Amino acid sequence: MKKEQQLDMYRQMVLIRRVEERGAELYQAGKIGGFMHLYIGQEAVSTGLIAARESRDRVITAYRDHGVALNCGLSADSVMAELLGKSTGMSKGKGGSMHMASAEKNFWGGHAIVGGHLPIAAGLAIADQYDKNDNVTICMFGDGATNIGYFHEALNLAKAWGLRVLWVCENNNYGMGTAVERASAVHEIRQKADGYGMGNERVDGMDVMQVYEAAKKAIEKVRTEGKPYFMEVVTYRYRGHSMGDPERYRSSDEVKQWHAKDPIGIFRKFLLDKKIATAKALDEIEARVEDEVNKAVEFAEASPEPALDELFTNVFVEN
Amino acid sequence: MAKITMREAISQALMEEMDRDPAVFIMGEEVGVWGGTYAVTKGFYDKYGPDRVKDTPIAENAIVGGAIGAAMAGKRPIAELMTINFAFSAMDYVVNQAPKLHYMFGGQFKVPLVIRAVGGGGRQLGATHSQTPDAVFAHFPGLKVVSPGTPEDAKGLLKTAIRSDDPILFIEHATMYQVRGEVPEGEYLIPIGKSKVQRAGKDLTIVTYCKGLELSMKAADELAKDGIDAEIVDLRTLRPLDMEPVLESFKKTNRAIVVEEGWKSYGVGSEVVSRIYEEAFDYVDAPIVRVAQKEVPLPYNRTLEQAALPQVPDIVAAAKEVLR
Repeated sequence: MKKEQQLDMYRQMVLIRRVEERGAELYQAGKIGGFMHLYIGQEAVSTGLIAARESRDRVITAYRDHGVALNCGLSADSVMAELLGKSTGMSKGKGGSMHMASAEKNFWGGHAIVGGHLPIAAGLAIADQYDKNDNVTICMFGDGATNIGYFHEALNLAKAWGLRVLWVCENNNYGMGTAVERASAVHEIRQKADGYGMGNERVDGMDVMQVYEAAKKAIEKVRTEGKPYFMEVVTYRYRGHSMGDPERYRSSDEVKQWHAKDPIGIFRKFLLDKKIATAKALDEIEARVEDEVNKAVEFAEASPEPALDELFTNVFVEN
Repeated sequence: MAKITMREAISQALMEEMDRDPAVFIMGEEVGVWGGTYAVTKGFYDKYGPDRVKDTPIAENAIVGGAIGAAMAGKRPIAELMTINFAFSAMDYVVNQAPKLHYMFGGQFKVPLVIRAVGGGGRQLGATHSQTPDAVFAHFPGLKVVSPGTPEDAKGLLKTAIRSDDPILFIEHATMYQVRGEVPEGEYLIPIGKSKVQRAGKDLTIVTYCKGLELSMKAADELAKDGIDAEIVDLRTLRPLDMEPVLESFKKTNRAIVVEEGWKSYGVGSEVVSRIYEEAFDYVDAPIVRVAQKEVPLPYNRTLEQAALPQVPDIVAAAKEVLR
């Protein structure tokens, strides 16, 4: 991988974290409403994954979507404005935290019903199969989504029909507050793919380079073999499931242990150890991100509310 | 004008649109090799092949969810649900995904999807396979709900639905595939969201759709023997609901009944009657009466089932009641 791309991945990971830290502050200040699920701790997953795609490959995810949106190339301005419900958000303030998307960036959302987007991902791949191209659909979801019916219908269809979907389970150990061990029949989620005769593997989701290397191979495999593949990426969210999570289900010791594997820290060390970048260069990246996020907050706060007539637009395409 | 069956009308609409637009394809249970459980897609598999006539697993979430994804990505899928009762298995997609995606992402995605579903009772299929839950689906903004009562309307409306950029639930009635009717020669389209006067009359207005139209036409013939001249307005589309022809008729007759096969509580009749009271209260000469299904799960036994479903004599009696 080229140095520039690695530095850009570092920038993206820091950007996700800073955008979300500011988002959390704005949420506490009452400027962001609804549910907000932070990606902090999981940055390496979508960063490594999306760095491995070609722009023609589709990306779709669940409601923990701010990071994915940024990795897909949406601006911090656009993400912050959507969080604040402003007309300049990518969904014009009508989607909010859980419903970010960009048709232009080949990012198909941001879906808030657990597991609900998996059959839709299969459908995106049906369209590509119909057009006889070899685009890959990358579908991300949490461990909790693998216990719901949609998951099984989607994986079964994908394998039965030979759909080019890379299923990526972000196993962060908890479906809301219920541990994998308490909710799932198997504790290595990847085993579920065995039931569909689907190739699968488990990857360390705290190490962005490992995610990237695995994703690169997996995407190529899906593309050339014309069938789905399953990646379980083991990761950890440092914040609650959503804002206002009492976190009674895990100990502070556990959280502390995972902090020792901070994906940004690991990647920073990697870049320094391999002499890919100097500490100064990485600090400069962080300073630029800080500035970008400050500007994004200013932009979002200064942006207009959606016009009231926006209430009635886009209910139907044809009225 | 050619006289064809409802089945032929729907089949022709599908075939014409598949011939016209290569983005149109069908996916559902037994639509291909089997030829469709109601034989609507008989011959399609041989003509278009497995890529365009896709036999799916029995997995309604995969069928409707998959079709939504393909529609978002620019195809024009027609997802077939063997019966509308199975739409409950895919309820999230029918009411919570398809109708929301265009709006929720600020207009970035379109969902040009048709969900064909067979509804209605009268075939002794028992409580879980016999429902007419149309009003449930018509409750949701973002989903258009079409349910034709004649072959002509079925063909013209289905062709329009397939060309539409919006998600549309197209409800056909299980006992009406053999109903014959005249259909215009050559290609024609019928706009979605337009009610139609199917029988002109002056004494009372019967508002109905789908199976209710068949029953109401028979009831009107009965009423005519007693010198009562009923006007029948066919809604054809439940959302968006076109009340104009209903109100126009009502302002002339000042008396109305609403006939639907589904349950009365919270039903299509409830909506139509409310709208008449809201928009034409000054024209009301008698309380409006609803004819609908008895409030029970439909039983298997034929006599009991027929007793639960609205019948022609019920409509005749209701018409006479509002004219009293």
